[in-house]
Amino acid sequence: MASNNSIKKTLTVALALCIVCSVVVSTAAVVLRPKQQQNQELDRKSNILQVADLYEPGMDIEEAFSEYITPRVIELESGDYTDRFDPESFDQFEAAQDPATSRTLSGEEDRAGIGREEMYSTVYLVGDPEDPEQIILPIRGQGLWGLMRGFFALEGDGNTIIGLSYYSHAETPGLGGEVDNPRWKSKWEGKEVYADGDMDPEISLVKGGAEGEYEVDALSGATLTSRGVTNMLHFWLSESGFGPYLARFHGNSEGA
Amino acid sequence: MAAESVKDVVLSPVFKNNPIALQVLGICSALAVTNSMSVSLVMGLAVIAVTACSNLFVSLIRQHIPSSIRIIVQMTIIASLVIVVDQVLKAYAYEMSKQLSVFVGLIITNCIVMGRAEAYAMQNGPVMSFLDGVGNGLGYAVILLIVGFVRELFGSGSVFGFTVLTPVQDGGWYVPNGLMLLPPSAFFVIGLIIWVLRSVRTEQVEKTEYRIVANSKAKIKESV
Repeated sequence: MASNNSIKKTLTVALALCIVCSVVVSTAAVVLRPKQQQNQELDRKSNILQVADLYEPGMDIEEAFSEYITPRVIELESGDYTDRFDPESFDQFEAAQDPATSRTLSGEEDRAGIGREEMYSTVYLVGDPEDPEQIILPIRGQGLWGLMRGFFALEGDGNTIIGLSYYSHAETPGLGGEVDNPRWKSKWEGKEVYADGDMDPEISLVKGGAEGEYEVDALSGATLTSRGVTNMLHFWLSESGFGPYLARFHGNSEGA
Repeated sequence: MAAESVKDVVLSPVFKNNPIALQVLGICSALAVTNSMSVSLVMGLAVIAVTACSNLFVSLIRQHIPSSIRIIVQMTIIASLVIVVDQVLKAYAYEMSKQLSVFVGLIITNCIVMGRAEAYAMQNGPVMSFLDGVGNGLGYAVILLIVGFVRELFGSGSVFGFTVLTPVQDGGWYVPNGLMLLPPSAFFVIGLIIWVLRSVRTEQVEKTEYRIVANSKAKIKESV
């Protein structure tokens, strides 16, 4: 079939094939997107339940989520709750891209390496929203290979750690990827973020034998991932992040 | 070739001419995804779907593919199908697609898919090509499931997630074999499968092309 090899035929076949294939691929992507987003949403919710230690295999995630957890939107700078956004539909990653609801971070302040920070964030409260048993904060920051996104759960005093869990990261499996390891995750429980009085986060990852309530063992063989985790915690728990919000619980527990 | 029956085309790749065991293709993903049976099953189904459909489409347009760009044409078709499969898995089997992660995308580079498109679909009709794809995907899936069975049973004491041998950490008697959860164990298991297959079907044993001799030594002259 010599005619198949003419330049005209070659180009025609290549073009037609590209068009057909791109239509097929984009149709699949568009048609399936709502379903995929629903899955991601479900995955995010089950991650929140897991970090709060409320997750049991086989449970109805939507139901459990709405039963135990109250999402609220806060203004990061003042630390106050705001009604400007609906907590159910507020997307803080979108907000971080919008100049109207975010600010640029630069230099020293951008320890987490995220570039822009939203002015509003969702927080997830377990128990009575006025006096929560647990406070779950969304955190993110650069690891070694890319952005790591996760949740950080604190007890109602805004200081004692319940757990840390990442739902999306691109760290090296077996080294930095061990942030998913349940044994490492369990080391966070009972640690504390702030030394008494000030609102500078003390919690950090330490190489070779962590001691005391402000230190957690770093991941072996994953120095940069560990540094990323420490940096993002320091950023999100400081004045730039959830510091002002957490300060209100701090006061509460000292009074009690 | 024309006399091949449907049964032959579908079943011969399963044991007689298995893509993994005889042709030793697609080993990479077979090592990576076989630490549990459910993951192996999904991966097997994904490969069956991709191989069958890519064979079908390549065969449909085989009269029009310019030979100078035929590999690119095949790759484009395969890549599109793999993306579609990946999207479907993300929509309907999210947990599974998280576990399979990059390996669904890597079906593109699975030699079995392209091997069948080039070797069979370019010369045969659409229906037979489709069946050939199903057969070869099936051959791949069967080996994956066998390896997955062995690795999950001895590595975590369960089959399809159901506990069969209660491991020690849950108060049972079985000490799980950690090696079985690591990819290298799949090498041993696949090696054993190939051994068994070739012992039963001796025609699969390859002819020795050369003989390996013991390390030759420099001749020491027996000097006087």
